[in-house]
Amino acid sequence: MSQARFVRLAEKDRPAIHLTIDGIRVRAMQGDTLMIAMLTTGGTLRQSEFTDGKRAGFCLMGACQDCWVWTESGHRLRACSTLAEDGMSVTTSQPGASWANHG
Amino acid sequence: MGQPRVIIVGAGPAGVRAAETIVAAGLTPIVIDEGQRAGGQIYRRQPENFRRPYKDLYGTDSDRAKAVHDGFDALRDHIDYRAETLVWNIADGHVWTASGTAQDALAYDALILCTGATDRLMPMAGWDLPGTYSMGGAQVALKAQAVSIGSQVVFLGTGPLLYLVASQYIKAGAKVAAVLDTSRFTARITALPDLLSLPSVLWNGIMLTRAIKAVGVPLLTGVTPVAISGDAQTGVTGVTVRLSDGSDRHFAADAVAMGYHLRPETQLADLARCSFAFDELTRQYLPVRDPDGRAEAPTPLYLAGDGARVLGARSAEASGRLAALAALSDLGMPVDQGAMIMLRREVGRYGRFARGLAKAFPWPHQQAAALADDTILCRCECVTVGDVRRTMDVTGAAEANRAKAFSRVGMGRCQGRYCGHAAAEVIAAHGDFPVADAGRLRGQAPVKPLPIAIGEAE
Ligand SMILES: Cc1cc2nc3c(=O)[nH]c(=O)nc-3n(C[C@H](O)[C@H](O)[C@H](O)COP(=O)(O)OP(=O)(O)OC[C@H]3O[C@@H](n4cnc5c(N)ncnc54)[C@H](O)[C@@H]3O)c2cc1C
Ligand code: FES
Repeated sequence: MSQARFVRLAEKDRPAIHLTIDGIRVRAMQGDTLMIAMLTTGGTLRQSEFTDGKRAGFCLMGACQDCWVWTESGHRLRACSTLAEDGMSVTTSQPGASWANHG
Repeated sequence: MGQPRVIIVGAGPAGVRAAETIVAAGLTPIVIDEGQRAGGQIYRRQPENFRRPYKDLYGTDSDRAKAVHDGFDALRDHIDYRAETLVWNIADGHVWTASGTAQDALAYDALILCTGATDRLMPMAGWDLPGTYSMGGAQVALKAQAVSIGSQVVFLGTGPLLYLVASQYIKAGAKVAAVLDTSRFTARITALPDLLSLPSVLWNGIMLTRAIKAVGVPLLTGVTPVAISGDAQTGVTGVTVRLSDGSDRHFAADAVAMGYHLRPETQLADLARCSFAFDELTRQYLPVRDPDGRAEAPTPLYLAGDGARVLGARSAEASGRLAALAALSDLGMPVDQGAMIMLRREVGRYGRFARGLAKAFPWPHQQAAALADDTILCRCECVTVGDVRRTMDVTGAAEANRAKAFSRVGMGRCQGRYCGHAAAEVIAAHGDFPVADAGRLRGQAPVKPLPIAIGEAE
């Protein structure tokens, strides 16, 4: 996993929670959105389906839809407006999707 | 007959004050908001287990923030509040909502839209790299989650939020690499007479600039964005701008916050078939409404706050009240005419100030013509500026919706929120006609993607 992107500036004494991202267990904090949990432990959220680049969200307010991730059952989540919960497991590419436009 | 049904979309300052006014008249409005907690953008609330005091979150606006939050909390038992609920369409006199996998269609006797604004963006090379965020997004990261978008952040764009968010980052202890404004300093002097209509707000703005300079953060005005550099996998490594003397300057950074003031979220007004007219000063189409917020539309529709026109939070409160009074009056209920006159005057003053802001921090439309063909215009589907220009050359499409159909610009997941205005400028510049003639992208249902379970049930 690449280097963390976001930097925590305050509210650092909240209880810890644990999530699994692409099979790797990471530590986050109660009250984090999924996006914050993922970007304080890694650098990106997902693979762009139109280029070979990665994406890490853009608006943080539910308007751009650049922050989609998936549960293991294929349910789509908007990382910037979904609360991270202890035990959650997400993947950064759509399960079962073939990247028709990719590359 | 039961009491008339008033629906308010949005629980920011405009929606909260509108709801308060409707409740004061003895009615029970339905208030629908997509967010987990009421407050809207400027007064966005942090999660319940966060501890930062109001002063840290809202600075000079903390008393107003508290007043709006307390105002809303006092209303809770008197309104039908539907949180975490998206209004995804307005059609056939109904408001269509989705919450999780639940759906509803609500008829209305009056519909007050208080949908707020999102950042107005001009593309630049590299703005698709991970680590580039909208100015508002950078603020949400700090305000709602107490994080910085990077360990070294460049703030680039123009408008009051550029200075506000940069200074909020500095105060919170984030490392700010530079604050880069595309507007020239002289524009502020031209705008001064209008800006003086709200001296205290102007003063706050001046103090922000001072605070940024005081800590030694480079603050440059009149810059032209050149490129965000970096790697498609690992993200941003820096930002290059051209200075007014023609030289280039590079700032190392792992994150960029960019934005050129705001644009109203008008998709729902569009779906409710409100008329739109071109606004020369801000170079965009805006919904047509009277000074009280009554929209030019086939059903009883009212528009308030930044979703009608970006006039800021204080104006949002006043226009929310005013639109609610207009709705009550149209429903045949008694309203305080004196209060309406005062509110109209107040909104007028904010209008003058907003005109000053538009002059001081102009939308840099001229950048569109200068964008290289390989610059990504639509971040969603990676449509380039060159794709749109070629589409025009081949098909003769010279209008935003036609160019959209042929090139897919504006057809991505964000529905053109972040590329629509720039696409119109690219089209107008390439076709060499006024941007008003490029038209505007239409709002389409669903205004945001629905949960898959609902989409499939359709
Ligand atoms: C990210 C951001 C940060 C800002 N920060 C500041 C600031 O610090 N200082 C400042 O002076 N101004 C700021 N502004 C400007 C801001 O627009 C106004 O100050 C103020 O928030 C406008 O109030 P409003 O009630 O019109 O809209 P908002 O406060 O934006 O409220 C609109 C509400 O409508 C809801 N909504 C919109 N569409 C739908 C839908 N389809 N279905 C359901 N709910 C919907 C949203 O969830 C939101 O809660 C900011 C704007 C943005 C976008
Ligand atoms: S970051 Fe834009 S919708 Fe989540």
